[in-house]
Amino acid sequence: MKITIGHLYPDLLNLYGDRGNIQCMKKRCEWRGIEAEVREFQNTDTVDFAGLDIVLLGGGSDREQMLVCEKLKLIQKSFRDYVEDHGVVIAVCGGYQLLGHYYDTDDGRIEGLSLVDIYTEQGSPRLISNIVIENEIFEYPIVGFENHGGRTFIGDNRPLGKVMFGHGNDGKSGSEGILYKNVVGTYLHGPLLPKNPHVCDYLIRNALERKYGVSELAPLDDAQEKEANRYIVERFVSN
Amino acid sequence: MAIWTAKIVSTACRISGRQGVTFAGKIALKIDPQILRDLAAQVREKIFVVCGTNGKTTTNNLLCSAIESEGKKLVCNHTGSNMLAGVAAAFVLAAKNNGKLDADYACIEIDEASTLRIFPHFKPDYIVLTNLFRDQLDRYGEIDITMDMLNRAMKMAPEMTVIVNGDDALSAYLAMESGNPYKTYGITERVFDSQSDHEIREGRFCKKCGAQLEYEFYHYSQIGKYRCPSCDFARPEIDFEASHIDMSDGLSFDVENRHISADYKGFYNIYNILAAYSAARTAGMSIPKFEEVLKKFNPQNGRMEQFRIKGTHVVLNLAKNPAGFNQNISAVMEDEKEKDIIIVINDNAQDGTDISWLWDVDFDRFAAPGIRSITVSGIRCQDMRLRMKYVDIQSELIADVKTAIEARVADGCKNLYVLVNYTALFSTRNILVGMQK
Repeated sequence: MKITIGHLYPDLLNLYGDRGNIQCMKKRCEWRGIEAEVREFQNTDTVDFAGLDIVLLGGGSDREQMLVCEKLKLIQKSFRDYVEDHGVVIAVCGGYQLLGHYYDTDDGRIEGLSLVDIYTEQGSPRLISNIVIENEIFEYPIVGFENHGGRTFIGDNRPLGKVMFGHGNDGKSGSEGILYKNVVGTYLHGPLLPKNPHVCDYLIRNALERKYGVSELAPLDDAQEKEANRYIVERFVSN
Repeated sequence: MAIWTAKIVSTACRISGRQGVTFAGKIALKIDPQILRDLAAQVREKIFVVCGTNGKTTTNNLLCSAIESEGKKLVCNHTGSNMLAGVAAAFVLAAKNNGKLDADYACIEIDEASTLRIFPHFKPDYIVLTNLFRDQLDRYGEIDITMDMLNRAMKMAPEMTVIVNGDDALSAYLAMESGNPYKTYGITERVFDSQSDHEIREGRFCKKCGAQLEYEFYHYSQIGKYRCPSCDFARPEIDFEASHIDMSDGLSFDVENRHISADYKGFYNIYNILAAYSAARTAGMSIPKFEEVLKKFNPQNGRMEQFRIKGTHVVLNLAKNPAGFNQNISAVMEDEKEKDIIIVINDNAQDGTDISWLWDVDFDRFAAPGIRSITVSGIRCQDMRLRMKYVDIQSELIADVKTAIEARVADGCKNLYVLVNYTALFSTRNILVGMQK
């Protein structure tokens, strides 16, 4: 089996250790004997979604995000077809905001891809914190770090989790991120996946299921990952 | 009164080292908000400040030694306390109890974000801008915000001459656009044969027009010889140009027809030396004793600082961000002997509570043969262990720093590198000083 991971515009969107997310997906495939290829798309490349099983859209500064959004407009339709066809997407921070209709900033509107029915408005102050969220589909909490000026409004969509510590989508609703088909959007970096192997495996499993109809993943020894995850939960969430 | 109190506080806090200095400055400013302004105004000749992500402390301390070698008296924040309180403390502690300051020069390193809070107290004559890398993101938001703050700070002091690393497109852009007078330093020849653009994370794109910059060569990160293919932005003319770089035995290079050599490791130290040299020269000093200064200079405060503990040679080195850590890894790899490595990562406020930058460091280079063991320690040792796991490198986790050092001194290969981030530096250094006794 083989998984192809497309990393969109790492030259522009690379703010919070996104390399770690890529590395985590790659290793957790390889450790199970699944071949993993990473394709980096630079801002001049065209993206062929047909050959991709997981797409990672990372975070950038507002200015870089503006540049990216022009590029993404050109591939909007094929990106949407990929998402509607249950293509797996992990979008973090700025990448998460770009999934929605728009991001209104003090310097004007950044048009999004409208892949998901959400939108973002700039707020003050920036929401900067360690963060812990939970969702019953994951056996233990998801931990990370958030740093965003945007407040994202997800309407009736399913959030990635409920905030146990930190701010989440808008600092008020208590929800964090979004789950739509096989799309995961989130403000969590740190990076997200190494301390949350259950989220990483969720992405890999969805990709394998879509491509091969395989829904079982061989277990890995996640003692170190779980210990790192538990450390954050115990430090920030009082029992 | 403010000076008295500050001195008493500082003495009382000496045990806590550096923190005492900052606290003394805070008290002094509370009692007399004008104190920094008044004391800075008494500096007889010039005030230098040093800014930039990496190399501030070493550059500033070198510049101090260079100016002292001219027989001048100066004020300096040697310890690297570089926010408003720390800067105030440096002046207060240098003053006499009657409020008089006897100083020809001041050399002050300043945290980039603190420039806007410090410049209202005094306008420096010179600012050295070493480089701009991604650093401590959660505090500053993004590198664009740092650049914006520095830009505003420069506009507050339009007469101030900027001495800038011309090889860094971000710093050079700031200087060139500021309207302030500026001088540049740089390394014009290619030093490293193979250098990919992989580690470029900042400043890939022209700040002026947004096009991707083209490089003739890189030294590290985005530092190199660059030009924009679509507008007129390019590496500026270099006033202080280093050539004939030799790193086979310590560091040596030529600048202004002088041969400079130093017994340090780490390519980045060439920039630190060059920055200090260019600053002193820009201010019109001839610094005939610069060679001697370099010989005597012991990079302090955990910048490649050396210790001897029970027969083990220990090198302590600070790194706060990916660019700095990658340079430290290069410096470790320059040592061909077998070595043990301890990596200490904290996430206190001054470190930046976001440690995602660990994943932007090329730790996979530690898979090389000469590395005998990796030990991870500090508050975020768990994250560090995972970082190593995901490049297939085994590490041992010992959260307590002292226990970690004792373990490697006891069973190691007698050549130990301790790489630490900011707040880990002071505690680790105290431990090493204590163990050396």
